[in-house]
Amino acid sequence: MVELAETPALNHVKDAEGIVVKPKAEVQDLSFYYGAFQALKNINMPIADKRVTALIGPSGCGKSTFLRCFNRMHDLYPGNHYQGKIVLQPDNTNILGSKVDPIEVRMRISMVFQKPNPFPKSIYENVAYGLRVRGSRSKRALDDKVEEALRGAALWDEVKHRLNDLAFNLSGGQQQRLCIARALATDPEIMLFDEPTSALDPIATASIEELISELKSKVTILIVTHNMQQAARVSDFTAFMYIGELIEFGVTNNLFVTPAKKQTEDYITGRFG
Amino acid sequence: MAANNEQHIQEIRALIKKHKIWDKVFAIVGLLAMLVGVTTLIVLFANLAIDGAPRLLSWDFYTSFPSRRASSAGILSAWVGTTLVMLVTAISAVPIGVAAGIYLEEYAPKNWMTAIIEINVTNLAGVPSIVYGLLALGLFVYQFGLGQSILAAGLTLALLILPVVIVATREAIRSIPQAIREAAYAVGSTRWQVVHDHVLPYSTGGILTGVIIGLSRAIGETAPIITIGALTFIAFLPDSPFKGEFPYISFDWIMAPFTVMPIQMFSWTSRPEEEFQFNAAAAGLVLLGMTLLMNALAIYLRYRIRRNIKW
Repeated sequence: MVELAETPALNHVKDAEGIVVKPKAEVQDLSFYYGAFQALKNINMPIADKRVTALIGPSGCGKSTFLRCFNRMHDLYPGNHYQGKIVLQPDNTNILGSKVDPIEVRMRISMVFQKPNPFPKSIYENVAYGLRVRGSRSKRALDDKVEEALRGAALWDEVKHRLNDLAFNLSGGQQQRLCIARALATDPEIMLFDEPTSALDPIATASIEELISELKSKVTILIVTHNMQQAARVSDFTAFMYIGELIEFGVTNNLFVTPAKKQTEDYITGRFG
Repeated sequence: MAANNEQHIQEIRALIKKHKIWDKVFAIVGLLAMLVGVTTLIVLFANLAIDGAPRLLSWDFYTSFPSRRASSAGILSAWVGTTLVMLVTAISAVPIGVAAGIYLEEYAPKNWMTAIIEINVTNLAGVPSIVYGLLALGLFVYQFGLGQSILAAGLTLALLILPVVIVATREAIRSIPQAIREAAYAVGSTRWQVVHDHVLPYSTGGILTGVIIGLSRAIGETAPIITIGALTFIAFLPDSPFKGEFPYISFDWIMAPFTVMPIQMFSWTSRPEEEFQFNAAAAGLVLLGMTLLMNALAIYLRYRIRRNIKW
């Protein structure tokens, strides 16, 4: 039997150094259904502000489903519904509320997908697209933002002389950094990463991980990964999920060294998954 | 042991030999099938070319109106008519067909209603063209009072190719990976922004191909045009769309009576004099040329547009 997770305290998360971090978002009694199938079961956890929180667990445990609740991606497909809340701070907005426009949520929370998915447009237009959607017209403002985002994604030096080249001509790792730049350009409050390195080679993976560690000074990050070493390397907090439930949440180091739950221990020691 | 092995290899070789007979049989059958198709086409084309060559190469043929004398009869009113009718057809079928296709793919909820509509649109593509002619005769010619005009003919053919345009649009849209749509939605796009900035530009190649396939079908249609009452003998041109004085363009031509290439051909083939058959052959070649030109344009445009898109 799966033990119910103890509800983590939402309002005061302590990081590895014992510093109290205020939450950027609080997940409260979140359940999610694909039609009649319940994919997430009563999840409660905080998302620490300007920290990296990793979601780990075996395939099919619902970690991607959970991540896609944060930008209401599930609203694109019929038959899905949410229960419970994700309260975004500091304005205390429940982003799953039926009166909240999913577009407003996506304007505040951006996402990087599993496989690099640049648009078949130029490098420049890929990064500028989010700004254009927001009505940005000024060439100078766009140029500045595109450069800033590409620098932020550690891609600027490689592409500054060919901003008008097609994005498809970049390598896989570069394409993924371009997608990060695209998600970064709009100054999001939270960035969601859905297994961002699973389609990349080890060198490209290392550069993305390094990037994520740098980005957390500016933005709150939530990352799904099937790779436990990756979670241990990049994250401050880790949540272990299993069959739609949150089994354990805690400071990454504690969760990996002294897991409180038997299932967590079994998973991180490679006994299943 | 060695003998056993030798025997085993012999068996395998015999088996392969037996199986390969079917390779040879099919290669021959396939070659014959291909030759039947290609030879028929070549013979047909050569026949037309031999009969039509003298008229085809004479400039007068393109600049003369039909006449009682075969040697001075030309296709001026027919090719102008065909061009104008195609223009009306394209201008009315493309926006409606593309909009309908986009709506069905990106906006419409996926339920039994849209499923029924989907099946019906596909079926409409198979409705015999004369049925569209009858519909148009009642609706456009009498009900709307458009008469036997270029407008009525253009709208009739637009109805005819609408299902082709809708189906082509939907297929082109469906080939765009969902990951691209999700990427666009994830930065905060509205549905219209996704359609306008992504879906439409990435599917333009496929849509254009569908439009041109539709127009190639429409250009050769005779039955619905005869049904709505197109004339077979037109010795004048519609009013020019361009004018010397303000406002420089005129739309009087859309209400003009007209004839089109296939009707002109049909009218010549029903004449007893042999020379008219040569005119018909030459007109057939011109029609074939127009169709080939459109297909070449479609291939070129698709190549140009898809060059940047790989998925």
